[in-house]
Amino acid sequence: MSSTEPSESGPLYAAREPVFPRRVKGHFRTLKWVLMALMLGIYYITPWIRWDRGPALPDQAVLVDLANRRFFFFMIEIWPHEFYFVAGLLIMAGLGLFLFTSAMGRVWCGYACPQTVWTDLFILVERIVEGDRNARIRLLRQKWNFEKIRKRMTKWTLWLLIGVATGGAWVFYFTDAPTLLHDLLHGSASAVAYTTIAVATATTFAFGGFAREQICIYACPWPRIQAAMMDEDTITIAYREWRGEPRGKPGVAGNGDCIDCQACFNVCPMGIDIRNGQQLECITCGLCIDACNEMMDKVGKPHGLIGYIALKDEAKERAGEHPTNVWKHIFRPRTILYFTLWAGIGIGLVVALFMRSPIDFNVTPNRDPLYVVQGDGSIRNIYTLRLRNKHGEATTYRISVTTEDHEERAPLTLTLEGQPGDTVTAPADQLSTQRLYIEAPAGSKMAREDRSEIKIWVEDVKGTDRAAAEAVFNGREQHH
Amino acid sequence: MSKKPTTKKQVETTGHSWDGISEYNNPLPRWWLWTFYACIVWGVAYSIAMPAWPIFASGATPGLLHSSTRADVAADIQKYADANKPIEEKLVATDLNQIANDPELVDFTRNAGGAVFRTWCAQCHGAGAGGNPGFPNLLDSDWLHGGTIEQIYTDVLHGIRDPLDPDTNPAAAMPAHLTDGLLDQTQIDDVVQYVLQISGQQADAAKATAGAEVFANNCTACHGEDAKGMQEMGAPNLTDAIWLYGGDQATITKTVEFGRAGVMPSWSYAPEGGTARLSEAQIRSVAAYVHSLGGGQ
Repeated sequence: MSSTEPSESGPLYAAREPVFPRRVKGHFRTLKWVLMALMLGIYYITPWIRWDRGPALPDQAVLVDLANRRFFFFMIEIWPHEFYFVAGLLIMAGLGLFLFTSAMGRVWCGYACPQTVWTDLFILVERIVEGDRNARIRLLRQKWNFEKIRKRMTKWTLWLLIGVATGGAWVFYFTDAPTLLHDLLHGSASAVAYTTIAVATATTFAFGGFAREQICIYACPWPRIQAAMMDEDTITIAYREWRGEPRGKPGVAGNGDCIDCQACFNVCPMGIDIRNGQQLECITCGLCIDACNEMMDKVGKPHGLIGYIALKDEAKERAGEHPTNVWKHIFRPRTILYFTLWAGIGIGLVVALFMRSPIDFNVTPNRDPLYVVQGDGSIRNIYTLRLRNKHGEATTYRISVTTEDHEERAPLTLTLEGQPGDTVTAPADQLSTQRLYIEAPAGSKMAREDRSEIKIWVEDVKGTDRAAAEAVFNGREQHH
Repeated sequence: MSKKPTTKKQVETTGHSWDGISEYNNPLPRWWLWTFYACIVWGVAYSIAMPAWPIFASGATPGLLHSSTRADVAADIQKYADANKPIEEKLVATDLNQIANDPELVDFTRNAGGAVFRTWCAQCHGAGAGGNPGFPNLLDSDWLHGGTIEQIYTDVLHGIRDPLDPDTNPAAAMPAHLTDGLLDQTQIDDVVQYVLQISGQQADAAKATAGAEVFANNCTACHGEDAKGMQEMGAPNLTDAIWLYGGDQATITKTVEFGRAGVMPSWSYAPEGGTARLSEAQIRSVAAYVHSLGGGQ
């Protein structure tokens, strides 16, 4: 059966209903303050940490050096060809989100997401300037008089300052922070720096001040994906309606624990009523739990009318049984699988990081042409050697070639383009390119055979470091 | 209080129902509508400010800003040409043999010369300069006209046997010995066997002995007594492993019978009122580039 009669009534577009979260105290609020301080602290302080790397390299501990294509992270230096480390970190971040979401729902959204953290900060400023929920509602309805203009201007100015500080901190990650700060204050920094700060300021101001929950509901794709990560074991925030309903005055016979005080709704930064059940707007920040617990204390009822609960436990709790141990919800095959994948990639990255050779080079055989016939009939192959000198000083490397073919070892000769001898000096912290010529004498096995495996060795003439790259030598059938 | 949600939210439905499943009708947020209107305003403003509407036979409306990506590209090219000017002047003023000693010029000629090569030379000599039948391999140790940087420069400058350029390399052409009646078929077969023999290939010894005499009487003027060629004539060395057209019996026979006369264009030649295809700096760059590919002498 189907009917396709559209309903006539209802607006096509809905105006945003302003949300005025009330102040609240409690465990989750405290946790959120601590996390906010921690994360904002990391964000603002990190670019100012110094790390000595010698004279040729920058001394900023965390630096994304786009101009020179380097990423510095304390003792680690990543070159563009090692970008897989960054890709690996992004995959870990993704799997980490899967893990936390499947175990504890939208904890990322509720506690750690920059949108949440900055909105929280903006709401704090709003409350300090304009007062708590009721005062702010009054101010909204008030006509534009001096008081309203003063409060609004103060709030917007403070928001703008936070926005500037946010955008300002962002650019410090991309060049030397003290130099850039000096340049910014003297108006001599690059246009890119000012533009980036302007854009980041504008987005912070708009997203934290005005868009707020709209970003989570309409702009962010993550809430839609998260539904796929959650199951009946996922711990999430819910209203225990079997305990609370019917709502009403406390002490009246037949009424549940919910006194219908609206505290949970009043503190919600998303402007939803958790008692309506799970909603896509809910970022599980836990503030309604704090608000409700505070109220339960006042009326002398136990905590937990609103609380973290897994769907599986709902039926048990309705029946008056004890819920399953929280760790049993968290440790289940799904989360263990996510954790294993996450840890596996993490271990892989760490191992790869420490196994990086101090001599980093690669050899590309010339493919056009595959070989060159010399006048005396010997066969020359051409290779391009790319040497990355990651030292803070120029380093000289010796290049040599070997072959595994003991049976008829071809007396290969190696020459370097434009260089006498067999050494090449690479400038500090740079990629240098060197053309290599390897020749097999006329009639030798390697000159005749289609392909032979060779190894090209690079060793630091001063040190003991030595590394080899496998390559192929192309010969041909000779005319007889 | 602005809102008092005491009952479950009643969500509007579209009235559509499929097997009892109805579709929610959640209104779009108002800001979404504003964004939509803003896009329309932007679209109108853009089509006034920028080239937008096609006009028959004359392109499009120029727009108030007179923006043109073609002009941008021309300006970009001019910018880089201006930026390269000092180093191009330095390159033109530097002795060819000194280029390799100046890291700045080495860097410039490897890149600029490589670009010139891939644009103008790769069609015949191959993108990797490995040559093609009739078009020399520039990576090997053998040079028809000489492998010094000066000689490479001169050959690029004026070409080989280019009828348009009076200064072109006047290399001798290989005569068509059969069609011009210089040798008969037996003599040709003999001399081919001789050439196979001296280049270390399988040959008929009796014929080769006869061919040696034919060679001495007819070929040594260009290829030399020892058959090692003469660069001033552009005559190749016949004793080595490198063959411009091919070193097998059939190809050598064809070469002797019908002759060879490859042409390389002059890159400095300018027709009346026109400009040369390559500038002096480009010719020097590509000469230095070719010289650095491994065969340079």
